[in-house]
Amino acid sequence: MNFDLSEEQSALQDSVGRLLRNELEQTRLLEIFDSEDGHDVRLWRALGKLGVLGLMIDEKHGGTGLKMLDAAVVTEILGYHGTPGPYLGHVAAALAISLGGNDAQKERWLPRLADGDCVGTVALAESGDAWQPDEWALPGQAALNGAKRNVLYPGQADLMVVGVAGGGLVLVENPAQSVEVTPLPSLDATRRIAHVTFRDTPAVPLGGSAGRLRDALLVLLAADAFGGARRCIDMAVDYALTREQFGQVIGAFQGLKHQLANVAADVEPARGLYWYAAHAYDAVPDDAERMAALAKAHIAERFLHAARETTQAHGGIAYTWEFPLHVWLKRAVFDRAYMGSTSVHRARVADLSGWAQAG
Amino acid sequence: MDLSYGVEYEAFREEVRAFIAENWSRRDARDPQRVTAFRLRATAAGYLYRNIPRRFGGSEQPADVLRAQVIHEEFSAVRAPMEIAGNGVRMLVPTLLECGASWQQEKFIPPTVRGEVDWAQGYSEPGSGSDLASVRTRGELVGDEWIVNGQKIWTSRAQLCRYMFALVRTEPDAPKHQGISYLLLDLHQPGVTVRPLKQITGQSTFNEVFFDDVRTPADWIVGRRGEGWQVSRATLKHERTGIGNAETYLEQFAKLVNVARSTARNGRPAIEDPIVRDRLAEIEGYLQAHRYSTFRQLSMNLAGRNPGPVTTMNKLVVTNLGHLIAALAQELIGDASLLLPVYEPGRKVGNERWMNQFFGSLGIAIAGGTSNIQRNIIGERGLGLPRDRTGDAS
Ligand SMILES: Cc1cc2nc3c(=O)[nH]c(=O)nc-3n(C[C@H](O)[C@H](O)[C@H](O)COP(=O)(O)OP(=O)(O)OC[C@H]3O[C@@H](n4cnc5c(N)ncnc54)[C@H](O)[C@@H]3O)c2cc1C
Repeated sequence: MNFDLSEEQSALQDSVGRLLRNELEQTRLLEIFDSEDGHDVRLWRALGKLGVLGLMIDEKHGGTGLKMLDAAVVTEILGYHGTPGPYLGHVAAALAISLGGNDAQKERWLPRLADGDCVGTVALAESGDAWQPDEWALPGQAALNGAKRNVLYPGQADLMVVGVAGGGLVLVENPAQSVEVTPLPSLDATRRIAHVTFRDTPAVPLGGSAGRLRDALLVLLAADAFGGARRCIDMAVDYALTREQFGQVIGAFQGLKHQLANVAADVEPARGLYWYAAHAYDAVPDDAERMAALAKAHIAERFLHAARETTQAHGGIAYTWEFPLHVWLKRAVFDRAYMGSTSVHRARVADLSGWAQAG
Repeated sequence: MDLSYGVEYEAFREEVRAFIAENWSRRDARDPQRVTAFRLRATAAGYLYRNIPRRFGGSEQPADVLRAQVIHEEFSAVRAPMEIAGNGVRMLVPTLLECGASWQQEKFIPPTVRGEVDWAQGYSEPGSGSDLASVRTRGELVGDEWIVNGQKIWTSRAQLCRYMFALVRTEPDAPKHQGISYLLLDLHQPGVTVRPLKQITGQSTFNEVFFDDVRTPADWIVGRRGEGWQVSRATLKHERTGIGNAETYLEQFAKLVNVARSTARNGRPAIEDPIVRDRLAEIEGYLQAHRYSTFRQLSMNLAGRNPGPVTTMNKLVVTNLGHLIAALAQELIGDASLLLPVYEPGRKVGNERWMNQFFGSLGIAIAGGTSNIQRNIIGERGLGLPRDRTGDAS
């Protein structure tokens, strides 16, 4: 048994972490959080240059040709640093093209997605929190008419992968020209969302399975949530080691120590859960769908709990906008709701596990 | 055991209802003048400011918690205005009635009760939150004035308040708890700088307040020099009982049930979903427990008996309720949780308004003594466990 990351994977995490420590110190993160569009082009380019945006894109199309596990462990680091921008939708769009695009589409888009020259996004949710492929009702013709909700960065996107009725996917190229975008006040300002309306929007069908795309997003959300939860704990521990009350650091109070220990014990074991979910996506087809749902439901919930507990562990300072912990609190809310909330995926886990069938 | 309030109180209830029917309509809520006029009439009728003497603008009623409860129930049922909200009425006035000089009561209580001035609570400092008795803002008596220098933080609504009641270190050589005085400060003077802090919600309710040679008359002190800590305990007691009120949570819960009725899960109203029903019922359990716990505390207080450790638990109990409500609300509002509630003309705020409850439930867990501090209080004062050497939680 060797359930551990390879040296290459650890090195990859290190180099992404190094980049983000330099490019995204907390004041910069808050600036982007407060900015008009929540997208820092310089950071985006730097991520592209490092290969982060094309990890799962084939080498022959300018990517690194790696697997979901590699993308997931990098996503954990992005989550840890609260990385703002279109990453999640972008990676998903690239994956959809890799899985279901024809050669021409791949050649046209993948190299530019890999280096971040283009931004991709996915438009999946419909009203009534309808995130799952079997819930989509948008008629999928060559011209789209209807709406999608909570789409990541549609205003910046050069291409949009859209989920349509029957669980299919279609590709909208240069949506800026054919899609109407209604910006929303995003709670998590590191992942901006908007509603989009299609009016005779030209679209071309993509092959591939929307279920696979959904599972990929669930794994990435789980990885992001794990990184975010870890960051909340690190911040609280740092603070507990410096903040003094009653003549000693607050970390010396058993009440606070136990509070943080409980959160850590809640979060830390979940690392293996998202690793395995990513590995299953890559290599254990029978278990992939179930584990993706389980990892997302479980870890997003852990993240939210960790963010709430560590907010309290800081006291008043964490209730401000100037102190960055709220960025992770809001990311936790996003990770929990995006692609469907916890109970949706727990119900899917229960179904997919076959518990109801006689053993 | 008798849960009815008794004939006398039911007759009183009828009287209150008749009064409201005659004097209040929901439309009045939008007109500040009508609200003020209503408060005056309700005070004259003996329904508001019951424990404040008439000469200070109160209705000076004999203490009767059941009448107070009936009034609260009937007024909140139709959202008729009750006492002015804010630290002035909730905390300063009771403190002045308990510990203030009579000229202070005469000068400060009437305008506070009329809502003409409000008060900021100047307790917390950057270095002093849970360890409140370590406050460092200095006050020095020079001639017939205190000269105050230092800084307060997290001061709610200071930007809207005329005055502040503050804990100020006036006896630097005395032991920690004996070196503090309770001073009243006019915030509208040179030397006071109020800097609003943006909160996690995006709104700015609390502030930093800086004092640079701020002056206040020598006799604007409540209690004696060095007695500020004891005086503040009186205020904090009022703050904590305020927070422990079950009524607000009953209302919030009713709204949550409404959300469950109006949102869908698996194509059916969420209220039909077994998981939602189970979680609602769990919250209802805590809520009703707390409600009857407060009835019991009320009855025992009435009979002059001590309800025991439960009195130390009220704040933690409602804080925990807030966490449970937040968790279920997240689940019910689903995608609306992706949005920040933004209040501006022309924008409709939907279920994302529950994000305010989400954040508020964290604010409550910190403000007025964090949950850890509450647990220390429950353990030490409620259960009689040994006091922590350092964390003197009171
Ligand atoms: C929304 C809001 C409004 C507020 N309004 C006001 C106001 O109007 N006026 C005012 O004066 N203040 C106000 N406050 C401040 C509030 O009273 C303080 O934030 C609170 O007392 C905690 O102090 P602190 O922030 O310094 O945290 P700290 O005391 O530094 O606490 C940090 C952490 O250490 C823990 N801790 C500290 N001591 C112990 C111990 N002995 N054992 C175990 N754990 C411990 C705490 O539980 C917390 O988790 C407000 C706060 C909020 C959030």
